[in-house]
Amino acid sequence: MPYTPHTPKEVSAMLDTIGLENENELFDCIPRELQIDGLNLPNGLDEFTVFSKFKEIASKNATNKTIFMGGGYYDHIIPSAVDALSMRSEFYTAYTPYQAEASQGTLQSLYEYQSLVCALMGMEVSNASMYDGATALAEAALMAVRITKRNKILIDKWVNPTYIKVVQTYLEFRDIDVEVVDYNDANIDENIAAFLFQNPNFIGDINEFESLIDTLHQNKALAVMSVYPIALGLLKTPGELNVDIVSADGQCLGNYMSFGGPSFGIIATKQKYIRDLPGRIIGKTLDKDDNELFVLTMQAREQHIRRHRATSNICSNQNLLALRSTIFMSLVGQDGFEQLAQLNYSKCEYLKEQLKTITKIEIFNQKDTFNEFVIKIDKDVTLFLEELSSKGFYAGINLGKLYENLQNCILVSVTEKRTKEQIDNLVAAIKELV
Amino acid sequence: MSSKTITIFDKSVEDRKGISLPSFDVPQKSLDKKYIRKQKANLPKLSEFDVVRHYTNLSNKNFSIDKNFYPLGSCTMKYNPKVAERVASLEGFTSIHPHTITNGMDDDIQGCFQTIDMLEKTLCEITGMKAFTTSPQAGAHGEMLGIMMIDKYHKSKGNKRKYIIVPDSSHGTNPATAAMVGYDVITIKSDENGAMDFEAFKEKMNEDVAAVMLTVPNTLGIFNKKIKDICDLAHSYDAMMYYDGANMNAIMGVVRPGDIGFDVIHINVHKTFATPHGGGGPGSGPVGVNEKLIPFLPDLRVKKSNSRYFIDDIPKNSIGKISPFFGNFGISLRAIVYILTLGANGVKNSSSKAVLNANYIRVRLKDYFDVPYDGACMHECVFSAKTLAKNGVTAMDIAKYLLDFGMHSPTVYFPLIVKEAIMIEPTETENKQTIDMFCDRMIKAVELAKTNPQEFKSYPKTLGVCRADDTRAIKNLDVCYC
Repeated sequence: MPYTPHTPKEVSAMLDTIGLENENELFDCIPRELQIDGLNLPNGLDEFTVFSKFKEIASKNATNKTIFMGGGYYDHIIPSAVDALSMRSEFYTAYTPYQAEASQGTLQSLYEYQSLVCALMGMEVSNASMYDGATALAEAALMAVRITKRNKILIDKWVNPTYIKVVQTYLEFRDIDVEVVDYNDANIDENIAAFLFQNPNFIGDINEFESLIDTLHQNKALAVMSVYPIALGLLKTPGELNVDIVSADGQCLGNYMSFGGPSFGIIATKQKYIRDLPGRIIGKTLDKDDNELFVLTMQAREQHIRRHRATSNICSNQNLLALRSTIFMSLVGQDGFEQLAQLNYSKCEYLKEQLKTITKIEIFNQKDTFNEFVIKIDKDVTLFLEELSSKGFYAGINLGKLYENLQNCILVSVTEKRTKEQIDNLVAAIKELV
Repeated sequence: MSSKTITIFDKSVEDRKGISLPSFDVPQKSLDKKYIRKQKANLPKLSEFDVVRHYTNLSNKNFSIDKNFYPLGSCTMKYNPKVAERVASLEGFTSIHPHTITNGMDDDIQGCFQTIDMLEKTLCEITGMKAFTTSPQAGAHGEMLGIMMIDKYHKSKGNKRKYIIVPDSSHGTNPATAAMVGYDVITIKSDENGAMDFEAFKEKMNEDVAAVMLTVPNTLGIFNKKIKDICDLAHSYDAMMYYDGANMNAIMGVVRPGDIGFDVIHINVHKTFATPHGGGGPGSGPVGVNEKLIPFLPDLRVKKSNSRYFIDDIPKNSIGKISPFFGNFGISLRAIVYILTLGANGVKNSSSKAVLNANYIRVRLKDYFDVPYDGACMHECVFSAKTLAKNGVTAMDIAKYLLDFGMHSPTVYFPLIVKEAIMIEPTETENKQTIDMFCDRMIKAVELAKTNPQEFKSYPKTLGVCRADDTRAIKNLDVCYC
């Protein structure tokens, strides 16, 4: 199925205008010896065959299990209006809004996105999105290095381990020292650009970072916090905590898990650091007749203007996913967002209490948790999870695969989508196994 | 009367609700007060219908490929086939948790693995590379990964390299990427034909250079005839050749970067393989490498054995992770759907028609605009409005004029080496009627520029807003409704 509309008659008329005999001559500028005879690919398929093929491929993925896995990707509700609006082709087939007059839809929704993010985070400024939570945290670290002109980053050991790996990769090539430490006994001095931490952390703990943040600021170092947006329906905001740069993954805000992507990344900061933000920023201004409108602004930070002196090389961001989160946050609203967080917390506490009654299960967390926690069992975790999977539950993430010293541990997550019945069924299934 | 923007916050009404959440079927628990935020987040309060109407109306303020012709040079705004969206919406893809990989439950994600494997192999065939990774989430992310692998390659051989070479016609992401990975940039000027000046390149090429980043054809739509010599010279110093795939849409099925001698390539699937631009993203920037760089690929590799897919061992010198899992999987999925609908001939035909359309525009307009570099182009053509500018009509004025006739503007003021640049990339999916309409309109613009140049400053007249004050946007910075 070609998507080219040219009829043979049109092709020859166009070639005539150009002054060529046949289409092959269009490639005469390429040295003949470099040209190939053709590609070793199958013939094109009609759309119905292609769709059937992928329906079959999709059926090889399991979709019939109740998900209690989190770890940065969560099975949250997605209101129908999010799909309906974001799938409007006026949004999803538009280009980057460089021509402001032809892009007010995208620009205004992004301005609203930035505003919603700031409201949720208690921060002053946000950009218009990053790739995902991991790369947003890495860019936040680079931003801290730029601001402080220091070359060392500390990162708490309970930050999402895949994020830690991405941060390490980003920083390794810049000769920036990265140390993974426990925030309780971190050595913070005036050589540190920033401390990167996560709340709730990867194992679900809610921590009080106030004194850490004070110490950082006494040493003129920055506090960089990775957050779980849903938890901010209840938890103290990064703004209240005087965090300097906050990052997050936006999958939980109206986006599908989609095997890890596309999601999007959030990065927000204090007004005074806006010039060091990576990526696009939308601002409001006036046109020549004093009408209000939205534009891409402060572009002198970006690669297409500043080239090798840009704050980042990022160009395409994850606009469509940020738009989905804008619609999601608008629908859920002020009270809804608190209630959503409350539901997550309460349902997770319910599961935790039920599991506590099983003697062979130990709750690993020593602190309060939000919607995730770790259980320890005295069985082989891989087998245990497989048996639960065969009963229809993805009961959690095998932490032994991510941490050497957590061989018997499982990270369990509960969202608002899990019903009491599903939770009770999981508990019953676990009881049978331990 | 000047108009005001009305945001979603302005429409908020106390006590209004837009969603009914699942009910509390478990006892409600309260988290200790010491953790709790002082005030609720200042999110708006609206009904579902309020939200639907607001964003539907906003969408109407956008140009988009489904509505408008988008001759944006270097952006490849082609039609995005609907079947790809339908496939990507299947629950069997959208609902899959990536930590299923961590748990090693490979049997539950064979469909995802197969999709990735299919795309990687197909891209290898189209580009002539030996292996691909879908980990990068955009073109610039792919560039970064490519340069990281090159850096690791040199370090593994004890090579001490400091520089990345780019031509002055390159995309801004190339030098910005070099800097992200800790390299200094050497910029080589273009010659009279618009290609990277070979003599100047030869002068700068030495053992301090890690890589040469080239877009082929370049941003002027020109295929560099000395490309093989450039590759050979770079390789003689053990420097790597990096292919920026932004313009891959010009050469598919005709020439393969891997055969020419490129060592690394990234592809912008949201350009070449018709995945939607989404108003600025998501993109996806799969990276292909030759044999030498395979050991440096990111940590997650899908492998097939006995018709079963699984995660392979981590490559020996892997750079680690630049994304937690497989990048923008949902976008990779759309790309492979698109390629399979085209097939071998369709892929080549896409490039052929893209080049046909661009050359047709070039010939139709060459007598009306300045032509900075004469001769045939590939998938895009570049004009200059410098003569018109003397009369007071700039490339930007032409761009704004077109908007009033339902056409998005071409890329203007890029590449930087062309004064008053107007860069036009029609893509293969536009029909002759649309292209003729565009050319006619461009010619009318030139006529109007001669007779009534001052009229141009009032375009666009029909879109409700006209010519933003960008200086004011920075001076009176307003980036948040708060």
